[in-house]
Amino acid sequence: MRESLEAFILGIQESKVGILIDLFFTFFKIGLFTFGGGYAMISLIEDACVAKKGWITHEEMMDVVVVAEATPGPIAINCATFVGFRQAGLLGAVTATLGIVVPSFSIILLIAAYFDSFLDIPLVAYAFKGIKIGVGLLIFRAALKMIRKMEKGLLSRGIMVASCGAMLLIDIFAWDLSSISLLLAAAVAGLVAFGIKGLVSRKGGAAK
Amino acid sequence: MILLDLFLGFLRVGCFSFGGAYGAIPLIRDVVMSYGWLDEETLVYFIAVSESTPGPIMVNLATYIGSSQAGFIGAAIATLAVIFPAFAIILLVMAAFRKLLRYKAVQAALDGVKPCIVGMILATGIYMIVSNIATFLPAFRSDGQGTLITVFLLAVVLAVEKGAKKDVSPIWLILISAVLGMVVYSI
Repeated sequence: MRESLEAFILGIQESKVGILIDLFFTFFKIGLFTFGGGYAMISLIEDACVAKKGWITHEEMMDVVVVAEATPGPIAINCATFVGFRQAGLLGAVTATLGIVVPSFSIILLIAAYFDSFLDIPLVAYAFKGIKIGVGLLIFRAALKMIRKMEKGLLSRGIMVASCGAMLLIDIFAWDLSSISLLLAAAVAGLVAFGIKGLVSRKGGAAK
Repeated sequence: MILLDLFLGFLRVGCFSFGGAYGAIPLIRDVVMSYGWLDEETLVYFIAVSESTPGPIMVNLATYIGSSQAGFIGAAIATLAVIFPAFAIILLVMAAFRKLLRYKAVQAALDGVKPCIVGMILATGIYMIVSNIATFLPAFRSDGQGTLITVFLLAVVLAVEKGAKKDVSPIWLILISAVLGMVVYSI
């Protein structure tokens, strides 16, 4: 009786460990092979966790992406945490999240160790002076793409222009204003606009 | 205490970086500059490396900056701090707050935050591009080589986007600008 109980417990532990190992290496692979950041990862996570492993459904995946976009932090981390939690609770969430982080963490540590001596080579330094310009363009292009996808309303356009102007002033004159205060002000603006809209529509309703 | 600063600094980034990696760049810049960890130039190099290595850009940058300030432990602390909010939020959402995101007031606040992020990213991009072409303070100085590379890169991006209807991938853009840098600054 006791033996069979022990075997039963061992079996659960083994299968749980099996799931954890599977989670870790699935996300390890995703972390190792996706260049280009979070959005590139979503399609790989969908492929691995929905199509290949069947860990979550496509609808659940879309839910996570929506939540991930509405909340701060790297999107890939949101997805890994969700899938891991679904499969094996808190431990699974930790395992999957670590799995996706460990590859890039190790690679960056390696690069960081040699980066400075690397930059002493003149040709490499020239290359990075060029790269500096490329990065500026990349960021500018990302912003343009987001503007195209943004709501066309007066409120969002206004906030966008105001925050862009404020940020430029902060950069140019080295103002000591944190970008987080800009974000908080924008959240308040959104709430105020929502409140006004509510009042207006209530008045309109009363007039009828 | 540098480790505590790294932790708090990147926790702030993790808590407020809506809108993916590009949304995080203005925040990371803000944190890095206010603590004086790196100069502008080095940070941009780090961004380029983070773009060209696999993994989430935000995590790569945290690892990188952490390791530059306090070695392995610094890297580990900065990375954990930047991913912790995203991790905790998903657990919270699954446990209880699923409905929270559907509240209209929460949506309204997010509707304000999203365009603000876009504006911040736009400003960062404009500032970086202009500072490669010319500096205005304390005195006007134009940068011929920087302008040349900027114009050439713009031409490549526009040509590929109009011609092939495809974006130049970040890695290709970084490779092309590296080659351009080597050629233009060697002459």
